[in-house]
Amino acid sequence: MSALSIAGAAETAERARPRRAHWYRQPALIAGLVLLAIILFMVLAAPLLTSYNPDTQNLSATLQGLSSRHLLGTDQEGRDTFTRLLYGGRTDLQVAFLAVLFPFILGTVLGSVAGYFGGWVDILIMRLVDIVVAFPFFVLIIALVFVLGPGQRSIYVAITLVGWVSYARIIRGEILVAKRQEYVLAARSGGLSSLRIMGRHLLPNVITQAIVYAMSDIVQDILAIVTLSYLGLGIQPPTPDWGTMISDGQNFLTTHWQLTTIPGIAVVITGLALSLVGDGLADLLRPGQS
Amino acid sequence: MSESTAASSGQAWVAAGQPLLQVSDLRVQIASRRGIVRAVDGVSLEVPAGEAVGLVGESGSGKSMTLRAILGVLPPEASVVGGQVVLDGVDLTELTNSQLNKIRGPRIAMIFQEPMSALNPVMRVGNQIAEGPQVHLGMNRTQAAERAIELMRRVGIPDAERRYRSFPHEFSGGMRQRVMIAIALSCEPSMILCDEPTTALDVTIQDQILRLLARLCKESGTSLVFVTHDLPVVAQICHRLAVMYAGQIVERGTVEEILTKPCHPYTLGLVRSAPDVDHVRSALVPIPGSPPSLIDPPTGCRFHPRCKFAEEDCTVTDPPLRFIDAGRATACLHFERCLDELRTEGADL
Repeated sequence: MSALSIAGAAETAERARPRRAHWYRQPALIAGLVLLAIILFMVLAAPLLTSYNPDTQNLSATLQGLSSRHLLGTDQEGRDTFTRLLYGGRTDLQVAFLAVLFPFILGTVLGSVAGYFGGWVDILIMRLVDIVVAFPFFVLIIALVFVLGPGQRSIYVAITLVGWVSYARIIRGEILVAKRQEYVLAARSGGLSSLRIMGRHLLPNVITQAIVYAMSDIVQDILAIVTLSYLGLGIQPPTPDWGTMISDGQNFLTTHWQLTTIPGIAVVITGLALSLVGDGLADLLRPGQS
Repeated sequence: MSESTAASSGQAWVAAGQPLLQVSDLRVQIASRRGIVRAVDGVSLEVPAGEAVGLVGESGSGKSMTLRAILGVLPPEASVVGGQVVLDGVDLTELTNSQLNKIRGPRIAMIFQEPMSALNPVMRVGNQIAEGPQVHLGMNRTQAAERAIELMRRVGIPDAERRYRSFPHEFSGGMRQRVMIAIALSCEPSMILCDEPTTALDVTIQDQILRLLARLCKESGTSLVFVTHDLPVVAQICHRLAVMYAGQIVERGTVEEILTKPCHPYTLGLVRSAPDVDHVRSALVPIPGSPPSLIDPPTGCRFHPRCKFAEEDCTVTDPPLRFIDAGRATACLHFERCLDELRTEGADL
């Protein structure tokens, strides 16, 4: 008889699930998204916001101060700083988003393989990870770009070669836990191939962690790109970019502070926006840890 | 040693008909930090086509490991170290993983204990049911989806078209187990292995699921191996029964024989420690002690430290599983004592 009441209680307990986190309840996420939306709008709508061409030099109007004609003045070659800021953001964000994609894919694939198959494959991949991790991120990137020669392609290659290790570690750890789950055993019992189990059953369960990490990784990538360009190893002139702007303006820091400061602030604000989005996403997708 | 006896005597286990599944002298070892665990130690089992065979025993007796060894999905630290698993004339232990993948699903399927964790939480249930037919039966997406919806109806999920797109967490425990059954049936296997499929469910749902499983298997002529520690559940669904203790089978027979005339003191203990609704018993009798370590099992009969009938010879002789009647076997050297005890209690034997 008592079995019935126990059955009832079990049913209710089973149905009671934690309340879902809503994106609109995350102030950090909202702030980040708004900021990011403004930045993206400004860089994408650059031709509408300014009438100048970022590369057109005007040697009769060099190093001008702030004015209504040139909102943020002009640089030593008479190019409009505001225009270059917008187009520079375009370049940097575009390169950063692409640069985060390659290590994400490579790291996820290698991490899954290492975690799922284990054994010598795991040992091999993880020792490779250890080797890369042993070097400081920026030092290794700068060294690699230096060897590969300056340019966008080198940036992608260097960031991919260095950045994949974090994704591989995250995904491997998640897979190690997830592959012990009964649904994986059930999938194996259903005669599904390892490839299918990894791709269709495990990855969708673990990929969120990598996505959350990617949001903070992109901040690091933007900084890396700007740093490389500052050092003259990254995006090559005349393509506008924040790093080059900072380094070019440096010579005029005492007289024309805006040439270095404005792109510097742009980097900071963009980094902040992406960090806020990353943190917000982390809270949203990992409600247990918020 | 018991191995040869158990392996050879396996042939007489079923009187007529070629068994669909024949497990002989199966041995599984698990490597652990403290030593090698002999989780399954010479298990022989035969399942005729269309029949349901129960495998009962307490936790850690090797029931689940036996099932996983049959299907070749042992955990990485465990391995089959001996014996054969012959399904329809093919020894599954000799196949490669990719060869096994063609058998798992369309020939032999498995249902798990915990329906929540056995379903992928981020995949729609319909897609999980449709996956098997797509992979094994060569169906395209639409055909597989239709088949999934039809299966969902067959297992009694109301509003199947809409529920196809639901996620597992949107289902109750009973409904999830119905989904598991639908997945198991999706490629029309000739045999389904059930690992305590009703243990995680409450009693009323348990009954529904058992009836459903029994009905569907009867309809399609599917054989069942049903692992559980719940004797009433076994009585409801199985024809034959094998009792496992410490990695070995200690008694076999039909369900009725074993439940009314247990011929092994362990089975006797199991029967007495199970609540019985029909016969009001004054108190449940627990089996004293706990199961032995399988790293270093007791010498002789593995049950002797807990057995009240144990004699000197029980501590030295490893008792073979021997036949005492047609289709009836026990591994107890002094099984008559169980019957004697039942007689003194007034049982009509």
